[in-house]
Amino acid sequence: MSEHSTYTPGSAVEKWLDDRLPIIRFSKEHLMDFPTPKNLNYWWTFGAILVMCLGIQIVTGIILAMHYTPNVAMAFDSVEHIRRDVNGGRIIQAVHAVGASMFFVALYIHMFRGLYYGSYKAPREIIWILGVLIFILTVATAFMGYILPWGQMSFWGATVISNIFSAIPVVGENIKQLVLGGFAVGNPTLNRFFSLHYLLPFVIAAIVGLHIWALHVPGNNNPIGVEVKESRDTVAFHPYYTMKDMFAMVVFLIPFAWFVFFAPDILGHPDNYIMANSQVTPAHIVPEWYLLPFYTILRAIDFNVLFIDSKLGGVIAMGGALVMLLVVPWLDTSKVRSGTFRPLFKWFYWLFAINFVALTYLGAQPAEGIYTVLAKVCTAYYFIYFLVVLPVLSRIETPKPLPTSISESVLGKAHA
Amino acid sequence: MATQAEHSSTNRRDFLYVATGAVGAVGAAAVVWPLINQLNPDASTLALASIEFDVGAIPEGQSVTITWRGLPVFVRHRTEAEVAEARSVDLSELKDPQTDAARVKEGHEQWLVMIANCTHLGCIPVGEAGEFDGWFCPCHGSHYDTSGRIRRGPAPANLVVPPYEFVSDTLIQIG
Amino acid sequence: MIGAIDMFKTKFIIAAVAAMVGLTTVSAQAAEAGAPIERQNWSFAGIFGTYDEHQLQRGFQVFREVCASCHSADLMAFRNLSEPGGPGFSEAQVKALAAEYEVEDATAEGGRRPAIPADRWPSPFANDQEARDANGGSLPPDFSVLAKARGVTDPFPTWVFNYFTGYQEGGADYIYALLNGYHEAPEGFELAPGQYYNEYFPGNAIGMAPPLADGSVTYVPGEDGVGVPETVEQYSADVSAFMMWMAEPHLVSRKQTGFVVLLFLVLFAGLMYATKRKLWAGIEH
Repeated sequence: MSEHSTYTPGSAVEKWLDDRLPIIRFSKEHLMDFPTPKNLNYWWTFGAILVMCLGIQIVTGIILAMHYTPNVAMAFDSVEHIRRDVNGGRIIQAVHAVGASMFFVALYIHMFRGLYYGSYKAPREIIWILGVLIFILTVATAFMGYILPWGQMSFWGATVISNIFSAIPVVGENIKQLVLGGFAVGNPTLNRFFSLHYLLPFVIAAIVGLHIWALHVPGNNNPIGVEVKESRDTVAFHPYYTMKDMFAMVVFLIPFAWFVFFAPDILGHPDNYIMANSQVTPAHIVPEWYLLPFYTILRAIDFNVLFIDSKLGGVIAMGGALVMLLVVPWLDTSKVRSGTFRPLFKWFYWLFAINFVALTYLGAQPAEGIYTVLAKVCTAYYFIYFLVVLPVLSRIETPKPLPTSISESVLGKAHA
Repeated sequence: MATQAEHSSTNRRDFLYVATGAVGAVGAAAVVWPLINQLNPDASTLALASIEFDVGAIPEGQSVTITWRGLPVFVRHRTEAEVAEARSVDLSELKDPQTDAARVKEGHEQWLVMIANCTHLGCIPVGEAGEFDGWFCPCHGSHYDTSGRIRRGPAPANLVVPPYEFVSDTLIQIG
Repeated sequence: MIGAIDMFKTKFIIAAVAAMVGLTTVSAQAAEAGAPIERQNWSFAGIFGTYDEHQLQRGFQVFREVCASCHSADLMAFRNLSEPGGPGFSEAQVKALAAEYEVEDATAEGGRRPAIPADRWPSPFANDQEARDANGGSLPPDFSVLAKARGVTDPFPTWVFNYFTGYQEGGADYIYALLNGYHEAPEGFELAPGQYYNEYFPGNAIGMAPPLADGSVTYVPGEDGVGVPETVEQYSADVSAFMMWMAEPHLVSRKQTGFVVLLFLVLFAGLMYATKRKLWAGIEH
């Protein structure tokens, strides 16, 4: 996208550096001068917000690791030690815990933005796939992080989820033992989850680097989905979008801070203030809210399909729900990117969004009565949306006329 | 040449940018400080920064080693002979000149309280040993006298007397 | 027109996200709870909430004279009692209090020594099994974070509002209700020996005998000479507040910091918005 660089080294030292490590040139091209469509709306700020979230989690996480003890006898008390004795520990710990939830809020918004504006379509498939990988790794990281305080929900969450592995035919039990380092969740599990929870964010950061690299090849998609045609369609990333992104970050920090300072435990579960006990299961086990949609899909398959029993079926459905995201670019073949110009698509899209909220809600309900029926219906629509609605719409839908360029659409809005 | 209106609008813009930047800098500093401050000793460590110890149970001629701030501390109940010996030393003989009186509390001269790490490289010296009847560090051969002052060997300074005071006749508060 | 639709979408998405975030609590407490728990007026609720020192001191007295004979509080150190934002005892008072207790110390003669402020509150029992044996098979839970390990069930839409009011007092409400919830078992309700009927306890059969009775703890009259009522209601309110403090000793400083942080963020966001507007003023977008 960025053609020839506008950078000319200003001094002999800069010139010397530029010949050896063109880091200033790189920063200028990619962080400052990068041409960015001028019509991006606030939904586009969530990429930057997510970078901030990752940064917050890494910084607070490294600090927490300085005071935390990954041992079943001491983990619970060491988290309380952080909250009680470490200078500012109550707040740092709350930022990390609330930060996980805020991370997923931003992540889901970012993904739903991509789904609405067709940001996954050619030539941006790799960006999207890398994004889905980031999502999956973030889920894994968050899940392992939730084990570390070694409360009742930590322990039983780990127990329930690790039993997913035992659904795999023949080798399932062996894989489960391999993952847990024992026959049940215990000290080896806590230790390895701590190690991986520390490692994965850096892997995520590396993939974020690739995600942005891939983004900088074709450049940003935009709300009308019409590619950039000329330089007056764009503005420099800095200062225009750096400023806009930073403003959005500060706004995002307001609800973030609200939870941290005034309701740090409201997003968690009271049972996690009871130390893990392998002899007592809490009355009602739920994963953290951000895992609920997938948890619902896991539970929705309570029947056998041919030779696949319900347990394995649930695991396949849950895995499939994620794999589905990876192949969206090839399921939705409509030439029009932005949902704004797709009258039929819009309806199904918003239904999908409501359906996703419903899946989240159902994951928190007991698996009985009307809830199991609704869970099946919602799970079905999740898959139908990707496997049927998107491919069929691509063929039958007549899109609204597209503006010829970003500048035209922007001017049209201004004069309307 | 710019008109006045343009000027004032430029000024307003500059002021806004500077104000936003300044407020942002204050916010950043306020975030950075707790991230550094968490490295400082925590409340449970600080609670043990000052300890009390009853020296009354130590018989004359014996010492005990207690822990204070993670360091070993000698508390020795010196004999009259040891005190006399410590006082008779000519300051000019000392590598790190210090009177015995400066190393103990007035009225409690028989009690010697010192951090038990050799001032050379931190080993714990052996008591009632060495050529000066005080302490001897086996690591590199430093000799201390009955006042814990360095007399021979590589150590540069006397054994360190921690801040302490007698809160009653036999109760000392260290730190 | 387009603007209106965008606005609608924006609102919809914000609402959807808020709803998703909110879903956990429902589930959290939807299980087989006892009777609905009434909310009390706690001094520590809300943005400006602080603990009432006198209430915490009374609560500590109830804890010490009644609860502590069976319940441990492993994470509370004596020194906490004189730390800011707590019951406000003086350091000398805490030192004297600690000296009344003995703690285990492997380096002390006989393995035990008088406690000092840095020590944690000693447990009434050596281990869980001993605690069970002394309590008819039931384990009295540790008090340290109990006020946060209990919640209340809120029906829709109350739990949504909780996110905006920052309702975090469910544990204290539950403990208060429980302590006031002992009744005769209704007819036909089977109680095993050593069990008591409690309206608010999940399953209604609790192993703890009613711990409080009117007048069972004698409060010292305040400086103004006006006594605090020595009733079960008062005792349980005081001890619930004390348990909340024990679970969340830094609540006051956290909320005070939070107020400043939020004020700062709102101001900063305003400035950022103005700057962003200025910057983009010349660009059609």
